[in-house]
Amino acid sequence: MNLQAHEAKLLKKLEDGVERTVTELSDELVMDQAAVVRASLTLNKEGLAETKEIEGFVTNITAEGRNALDSGLPETHLVNELLDKGKAIKDITTKNVGVVLGVAKNKGYVTVSGGMLEATEKGKESLGKKEKELCILEDIKNNKTVDRKDLDVLKSRKLAEYSFRIVRKIKATKKGIDFAKKTDTKQEVSKLTPTMIKSGKWRDVVLRKYNVNAPVAKVYPGKRHFVAQAIESVRKIWLEMGFKEMTGPMIQTSFWNFDALFVPQDHPAREMQDTFFLDLTAKKINNGFVNSIKKAHEKGTDNSLGWQYKWSEEMARKSVLRTHTTVLSARTLSQIKKGELPAKYFAIGRCFRNESLDWKHLFEFNQVEGIVVDENANFRHLLGYLKEFFGKLGFERARFRPAYFPYTEMSLEIEVYDNRRKGWIELGGAGIFRPEVVVPLLGKDVPVLAWGPGFDRIIMDYYKIRDIRDLYKNDVKQLRDMKQWMLG
Amino acid sequence: MPTVTLDKKTVLNLIGKKVSDEVLKDRIAMIGTDLEKLDKKEITVEVFPNRPDMLSEEGFARALSSFMGIKTGLKKYTIKKENSKVTVKNLPKEWPYAVCAIVRGLKFDDKKIVSIMQLQEKLGVTYLRKRKKGGIGLYPLDKITLPITFTSLLKDKIKFRPLEGKSIIPADKILETHPKGKEYGHIIQELKKYPVFLDGEGTIMSMPPIINSHDVGKITEKTKDVFIEATGTDLNTLKVAINIMLATLDDMGGTIYSLEMDYGTKKFEYPDFTPRKIKIDKKYTEKLLGINLSDNDIKKLLAKMGIGYENGCALVPAYRADILHPMDIVEDIAIAYGYENFEEVIPAVATIAGESQKTIIERKTAEVMTGFGALECKSYHITDEMNLCEKMNTEKRKLIKPENPSNVEYDTLRDNLVSGLMKILSENTHHEYPQNLFEIGDVVVFDKNSETSTNENMHLAFVSAGIDSDFSKIKAVLESTLKSLDIKCTIKEATHPSFIEGRSAEIKLSGKTIGYLGEIHPKVLNNWNLEVPVSVFEIDLSGFVD
Repeated sequence: MNLQAHEAKLLKKLEDGVERTVTELSDELVMDQAAVVRASLTLNKEGLAETKEIEGFVTNITAEGRNALDSGLPETHLVNELLDKGKAIKDITTKNVGVVLGVAKNKGYVTVSGGMLEATEKGKESLGKKEKELCILEDIKNNKTVDRKDLDVLKSRKLAEYSFRIVRKIKATKKGIDFAKKTDTKQEVSKLTPTMIKSGKWRDVVLRKYNVNAPVAKVYPGKRHFVAQAIESVRKIWLEMGFKEMTGPMIQTSFWNFDALFVPQDHPAREMQDTFFLDLTAKKINNGFVNSIKKAHEKGTDNSLGWQYKWSEEMARKSVLRTHTTVLSARTLSQIKKGELPAKYFAIGRCFRNESLDWKHLFEFNQVEGIVVDENANFRHLLGYLKEFFGKLGFERARFRPAYFPYTEMSLEIEVYDNRRKGWIELGGAGIFRPEVVVPLLGKDVPVLAWGPGFDRIIMDYYKIRDIRDLYKNDVKQLRDMKQWMLG
Repeated sequence: MPTVTLDKKTVLNLIGKKVSDEVLKDRIAMIGTDLEKLDKKEITVEVFPNRPDMLSEEGFARALSSFMGIKTGLKKYTIKKENSKVTVKNLPKEWPYAVCAIVRGLKFDDKKIVSIMQLQEKLGVTYLRKRKKGGIGLYPLDKITLPITFTSLLKDKIKFRPLEGKSIIPADKILETHPKGKEYGHIIQELKKYPVFLDGEGTIMSMPPIINSHDVGKITEKTKDVFIEATGTDLNTLKVAINIMLATLDDMGGTIYSLEMDYGTKKFEYPDFTPRKIKIDKKYTEKLLGINLSDNDIKKLLAKMGIGYENGCALVPAYRADILHPMDIVEDIAIAYGYENFEEVIPAVATIAGESQKTIIERKTAEVMTGFGALECKSYHITDEMNLCEKMNTEKRKLIKPENPSNVEYDTLRDNLVSGLMKILSENTHHEYPQNLFEIGDVVVFDKNSETSTNENMHLAFVSAGIDSDFSKIKAVLESTLKSLDIKCTIKEATHPSFIEGRSAEIKLSGKTIGYLGEIHPKVLNNWNLEVPVSVFEIDLSGFVD
């Protein structure tokens, strides 16, 4: 049984088996009455003490009562004054003679005749006896039990007042007395201080027990944004699979974002409404790939027909906010040296789509990009890498549907099965880069497996976010309370 | 990508076999179209731009039927000779080409007219790039006289009643007032002469690619025979476009008749449905797909895609727009094989993984900041100029902006991170203080020397808001951060319009300012409706990334 300090103190007091009122205990233990009551409730509950509630009086001796105790009742004064001879009423010096006279007459101590007062024999005899009122007053003063009738007498004489009240009387039970005998009486302290530790005083005290269920003040950890956490884990997966990270700017020329990826210059994606074009000084594209890219578009490479139109270098100059991280793959392909194959790269980056903001649409999104440049790579490898990646992210089932992108052939759409919502989530595209992309950049036709699914949907599902704008709402409370990204 | 709504009954009839909705759903997805809706009456699909031939009931069913193994193989189209010609002359160089044909014996009804108009419209929008590459026109043959001429006339010489128009009006009025004129007029507006079709009697049949004449160019349920043309900028594109139309009209029950296209120096009979021959490199195909294929397998798989096979060559139908390279045939073989039937494998290829230097610095920095108990925030790269300048009390400066943002309040690329964090503080005043926030991210600045005249630098910003926040505290965090990241900087007093005077400084690295710190000026706090002191620092980390 664990008793708090107050409880133990109270029980110790009650060890003698004497019944005490709360008031008495409060005085003796120097504790608030409320604290005594609280402690007694616990002791009762544990069967260590009993509390009786009885209806009692609270009495209070008035100023007149105290005078009477000090120097006798007024009627005694009056009889004294009349002891030698009678007096006229107007000559009486006893205070409040009108009231006193009434009492003295009732008691038969004085007589009145023709304005003259005289003490009776009974009055004179009373001087040798103790008046009953005084006895009662003394009882009150000594905390003795007093009859209610007697109290009424005093009250009518304004010698005392009283009121009703519940009085709690507490007494230890047998079990309580036994327990108290065993209870340690060491001093209890709440805080362990360096001094105690150093001096060894901790041995002489009891460290107060805490209520472990009591609520505590909140503290918040510093932590990474949940989108950053998700990116970290996606990155980790590609690293585990042997991929090297690519990075690069968000602002790109159309040349790298579109032309190098065989997106024809009249493709709808290159129109204003979908893509953020930037108001920047356009520089002549001067990078050694212009001619081969131009040829790929106009006439094709190898056995390709190309798009058969006049390619404009000027149009390729226009800067854009990258529409996909595939631009980084294109740039990487242009830098790979011959001896570096096979090579595997990945990138995770913010991309842009000129979209009106609402709960379903955002103008910035995260894409995870990957390429495998390998003479022996094939379509089944592509599916294998993707399946493995999504498996590591916790999606056991992935499926692939034919799709279309200007820069891949085969092209496919990746879908993963969401067990929680019982449905397929469409995540984006993948494929094998077309020779029209690879030959100009790499110098020869090597299979390049490529993918660029989004994963914002996965983040939203994980955190049960309905409104896509909440990804970057930065609500401090929400960020403080959010769980960590636990998928790998 | 174009979405078309197709009549389900017509499609099922054309497929030639009863199929359940489940099978239909699966096959539609696995041939490479995105099913949007399938109900009792309609099929709504998104057709990828490489398959414009699937934009009509006939084309869609043709592809699906062979994919499902019902009507497989290269479909034969018989073309008869009309013995008439179309003269093509005096055209502006911006709109030089036309190909034409006649289709007889059609039985149009409401549905078929809607279907053919939808195909014409969708081809115009997608494959012909909103008619910038070309336009397609159909005419009831009984309203016109052969032979036909495609030429151009000065705009004031052109007058006719446009389709569904009330009266005969001149060309410029058509461009101004007719819905199609308004939509597509810009394509020919700048030309001196506008392209026109004239019939044997010199009647204006149409003004491509804008609009037909209402009098001689309107198809009705009574129309049995049609003259059809495609005009535009690139002959090959036009051939494919008109072939898609013709194959559909043929599938509707019409018979195709060819015409001589007379370009003066060059003459040729059109249409020509001879399939394109593409040599199949079996080894290349097998290697790329990772499967073994017999000659017969290839033949069968190609047949499922409506492609013929003969002597090691694929015979590609004349209406297929997407076959640019033998690779495209490999894709058709893969689709016919079924993407779901490929077994996934991970090859044993050893490569060395590696994180970028940028990522390493970002992560190490974040580790230190979270160690201080700070909360990482992530904002958009595109923000509002007012947040970057005015609210921070900094000078107006030239910033990088998208030309056409859809959201007016997001129209500028950020050049600092602190303003974004201030915005976040201003949106979180109802939450418990102190609030210590940081962000690591890229900001965009001008740089004459780069390819795009811009540069992107990774910054770190930290803000501390709360009654105890002041310069000394932020300086302590900064110094500790720099020390942890092994960056040796000096701090030099400097005034900054965002900060209280005498409580701000610059962060210097070998004489170059790479950041600043300070206690935000109450005026700036007022701008953000903040009621607690805020101290901040921001530092450019890009110099530490290789």
